[in-house]
Amino acid sequence: MRPRRQIATGTIALLPVWAVVVVAYLGTIAWTVLISFTGSRTLPVYDFVGFAQYERLFGTSRWIVSIGNIATFGVLFIGCCLIIGFLLAVALDQKVRAEGALRTIYLYPYSMSFIVTGLVWQWIMNPELGLQRSLRDAGFESFTFDWAVNRDMAIYAVAVAGIWQASGLVMAILLAGLRGIDQDLWKATKVDGIPTWRVYLSIVLPLLKPMIVTAVVLLSVAVVKAYDLVVALTRGGPGIASEVPAKFVMDNLFERSNIGLATAASTVMLVTVLTALVPWLYAEYFRGAKGHG
Amino acid sequence: MTAPSATLHRSAAGVVPRGARPKTLTAGRIGLIVFLAVSAAYVLTPLYVMVVTSLKTMEEIRLGAIFALPAAPTVEPWIAAWSTACTGLTCEGIQVGFWNSVAILVPSVVFSVLAGAINGYALAFWRPRGSNLLFAFLLLGAFIPVQVFLYPLVRISALLGVYGTLPNIVAIHVIFGLPITTLLFRNYYAGVPIELFKAARVDGAGFWRIFFQVMLPMSTPIVIVACILQVTGIWNDFILGLVFAGRENLPMTVQLNNVVNTTTGERPYNIHMAATILTAAVPLLVYFVSGRWFVRGIAAGAVKG
Amino acid sequence: MHATLPTSVPLRSTAPVETSVSVRDLKIAYGSLTVLDKLSIDVAKGEFLVLLGPSGCGKSTLLNAIAGLMDITDGEVWISGRNVTWAEPKDRGIGMVFQSYALYPRMTVAENMSFGLRIARLPKAEIAARVDRAAKLLHLTPLLKRRPAELSGGQRQRVAIGRALVRAVDVFLFDEPLSNLDAQLRSELRIEIKKLHQSLGNTMVYVTHDQIEAMTLADRIAVMKGGVVQQLAPPQEIYSRPANRFVAGFLGSPAMTFLSGTLRGRAIDLGGGVTVPLDGYAFASPERLTGAAELGVRPEHVALVAPGAPPPSPGAHRATGTVTMIEPTGADMTLWTDIAGQPLTIRAPADLSVAVGDPVRFSLDLTRASLFDAETGARL
Repeated sequence: MRPRRQIATGTIALLPVWAVVVVAYLGTIAWTVLISFTGSRTLPVYDFVGFAQYERLFGTSRWIVSIGNIATFGVLFIGCCLIIGFLLAVALDQKVRAEGALRTIYLYPYSMSFIVTGLVWQWIMNPELGLQRSLRDAGFESFTFDWAVNRDMAIYAVAVAGIWQASGLVMAILLAGLRGIDQDLWKATKVDGIPTWRVYLSIVLPLLKPMIVTAVVLLSVAVVKAYDLVVALTRGGPGIASEVPAKFVMDNLFERSNIGLATAASTVMLVTVLTALVPWLYAEYFRGAKGHG
Repeated sequence: MTAPSATLHRSAAGVVPRGARPKTLTAGRIGLIVFLAVSAAYVLTPLYVMVVTSLKTMEEIRLGAIFALPAAPTVEPWIAAWSTACTGLTCEGIQVGFWNSVAILVPSVVFSVLAGAINGYALAFWRPRGSNLLFAFLLLGAFIPVQVFLYPLVRISALLGVYGTLPNIVAIHVIFGLPITTLLFRNYYAGVPIELFKAARVDGAGFWRIFFQVMLPMSTPIVIVACILQVTGIWNDFILGLVFAGRENLPMTVQLNNVVNTTTGERPYNIHMAATILTAAVPLLVYFVSGRWFVRGIAAGAVKG
Repeated sequence: MHATLPTSVPLRSTAPVETSVSVRDLKIAYGSLTVLDKLSIDVAKGEFLVLLGPSGCGKSTLLNAIAGLMDITDGEVWISGRNVTWAEPKDRGIGMVFQSYALYPRMTVAENMSFGLRIARLPKAEIAARVDRAAKLLHLTPLLKRRPAELSGGQRQRVAIGRALVRAVDVFLFDEPLSNLDAQLRSELRIEIKKLHQSLGNTMVYVTHDQIEAMTLADRIAVMKGGVVQQLAPPQEIYSRPANRFVAGFLGSPAMTFLSGTLRGRAIDLGGGVTVPLDGYAFASPERLTGAAELGVRPEHVALVAPGAPPPSPGAHRATGTVTMIEPTGADMTLWTDIAGQPLTIRAPADLSVAVGDPVRFSLDLTRASLFDAETGARL
C-alpha cells in the first residue's frame, strides 16, 4: 500500500549478504549438524543413526586427548597472553622514550601466519640443533628443551609459540584502553597520593574491563580455531600428543573419510562456541541503543 | 594544601614552576627498562634466528649454534627457496605459492572490502528491516570455527562445478571476509552524523549516489584499515587455501608447510627458514609500513565503534 | 498527564491565508513506542514557525516527517497544496539545514551547494547563477573553492544555509541550526536568518530548544512536550498567556515562580494565613473557583515597594519577605525571597542596595499573573 522506497532500497542492497548468510552460514551449519546424525563415511548418506556418532566420538581417545589439549592450551595461552600483554602495556604507558619502536616490535609476530610461527618455533625447539644444543654447548649440560618432540610437553610447545605470537595483540588493545583513560583521573590519584601500582590494580584494571573482555574473546576464538599452528609445529604429534579438535575434524573430513564423526565433532565445537559467545555478542552489540539517529 | 605535602607533591601537582623534572634513575625505572628490553629481545629472537639460519650453509648449521651469526653469509638458500625448493614431486620453489597467493589475494581483498563497505553503509544508514538480525548472523560467522562450515561448502562448490579453482577460493575468502569488513564499515559509518545522509537525501541523491559520491570519498581511513586486515588475513590463511584452492592454486602458506613438513632425509634448514621469511615477508612489510593503521584495524575490529 | 488538554491547536484562521505546510493527524510510532499521535499543524505561506521544546519532545521527529526523512505511521503531510506524504524528500520542495551542518566533507563549498542541482541535471549556467547569488547573500563568495574542513563553524553553517537556498524552494526546514555554535556566533547568525526570512519571505519551520531563538525569530511558536503541541501562538502570547504550567515554566529566564494554594472564590489561599485576591486576574472561561491551584508570577511582575509608597493599585497584592539569595546578572539582579513560606523570585534593578537577610516589601501584579489547575496544569 505504502511506497516504502527507503526500506526497499536498503533491503535490495543487502540481498547478496542475506544470501551468503542463509546459504553459506546458516545452511551449512544446518547441513553439518544434519550429517552428524547419520552414519556417513566418505560421502554423506542420510541413514539416521541418532547420537551414535557422538557416542563414538567420546569413545575415541584421539578426541578425548584433543579436548584435554585444547583446555590446557586455552588456559595457558589466554592467561599468559593477558598477563604479558597487560605488563607490556603498562610498561609502555610509563612515558618510555622508544615507545613507538617497542610497540612495533611487540606486535609484529601477530602480523605473521600461524604456519610461519609454527615452523620457526619448530626450528628453535629442534632438540639436535636448536636452543637445547646451544645452551648445552654453552655449559648447561643438563639443559633440556625438547618440548616439541616430547609426548608430555608437546602441547606446551604449541602454547609457547602461540603466546609469542599473540601477546602483542593484548598489549595493543590494552594500551589503547590505557590511553583512553581520563588524564584528570591520574591527576586526582596523584593529588590523593595513591601509589602507581595501586592505581593500576584498583582503578585502571576495572576501567580496562571492556578491553580485557574483547581480548579474551579474540584469544578464545584463536584457541578454538587452533589448527595451522599445530599442523606446522608438531603435526599433532608425537603420536597424538598434541592433537586439537579443529585438527581432529579436518583429519576425519579429508583424510580418514569419517565425515559423520567429523561433523559430530564440529557440532560439539559449534555448541561450545555458541554457549560462550551468544551472551557476549548480545551484551556487546545489541544491549542498549540500537544504532544512531 | 599544607607546606610539607606541597613539597611532597609539587612535581605531580605542578605547584612550583620549573623546567623538566630531572631524570633520576630509580630502581623501579631500571626494572622497567630491563623488562622492556628483555621482552623486546625475546620477541625478536625468532625473527633473528630465521634470518641468521637462512644465511648459513648447512655445514655451519650442523654445528648447532642456532644463535650465532653466519660465519660466511650466503644467499644461496634464498635463491633455492624461491626457485628450486621441493614440495613432494615438484621442485619449482616457493615462488609458485607466492604468485598463487597474489592471484588469490587481489580479487579477494577488492571484493570483500567493497562488499563490506556497501553492507556497512546499508546497515548504518538505510537500516532496512532485519538489519540487527543480519548483523548478528554476520558476527556469528566471524566467530564460529570454520570447520563447522567446511564440508557443506566443499559439497556446494563441487555441485557448482567450481571446486578447487581460483574463483572458488576467492568466493570463500569474500564470504568469510564479509563479517569483519561489514563490521568495520558499519562502525565507521555509525560515527558519521546521520544528518549528512539526510542532507544528501534532501538533495535528491539515491542509494548508490550517496554511497559513491558522499560516503565512499570520506571513507579512505577505514578502506585502508580494511585492506590491511584483509591483505594480512588472506595472505596468512592456511586452512581455506588448503581445502578450496585446488592443487594448481595452493597459496604460499600451504606450499611452505609442504616444503618443510614433507621433507624426507636431511632437512635443509637454511632453505626452510628462507622460505619461511619469504612467506612472512608480505604481511611483515604491510605491518611495518602501516603500523599505526594495523593497530587501528585491531582496535576498530575488536572494540565496539 | 495533560490528557484533558486539547492535543493540538490547529490554525483556524479566519483570514484567507494560503497554507504552505500542513500536517494532518500525523502519527509516528516505532513498534509499540508512539512518538507523535494525531498531531495537526498548519503553517501559513511566508510564516516563520518555531517548534520549541525540550529534547525528546518530538519536535525533530515532526520536522523530519515534514522533510520525508522518516516513515510515518499514519496521517498526511501537505506542502504547497500537494499531498507529499509518500514523496521523496527531494520532491517535496524543501531545503533543510542541520545542526551538525552535514556538509559533504570531500566537496568544496560550491560543490556542496550545487550537489542537489547537479543531481537534478539543471543547466550549468543556471547552477552557477544560483550558487553565485546564494554565496553573495551569505558572504561566501571568497570561500567557494574551500573544503568544509577549512571553514569556521559559522561559515560552515552559512554554507549549509546556502545549500538550502540554491534549491529555490518555498519551504525551509531548520533542525537546531545554531546549537553547535558558540554564543557570539549564535546571535550573529540568528540575526542573519531573520534578515534572510524578511528578504526572501519563504516559509520557515525551525526547530530549537533555545527560547531566545524562538522568541526572536518566530511569527508563531509551537511549544511541544511529549509529542504533543502544548500551545501554538505568537511569541508574546506564549509568554504572557501560557496555556499551561509547562509552557509557563519552559519560557522565561529567570523562570516563573509557582505558588501553590487553594482557590477560595476570587482569591487564592497560599497557606500560612496568606490569601491573595484575584480580582485583577482574567480567568479563562469557564471560571473555576475552588480546588488546588498554582499561581504563576514572572519575576519582572513583582515590584519592590519602598516604605511609604502610595497604596496598591487594584489588581496588585502586597506582602513582605526576607531576602535569601541575590544573583546579579549585570543588567539587573534576581532576588530570592519568600511568600507564605514558598520561594519567590523578583527581578530588581542592578543598583538596588540590598543584602541577604534584609526584609523586603513587594507587590505582585495579578493582572499579568497566570493561574493553573494544580492537577492538570491547564490555565484557569
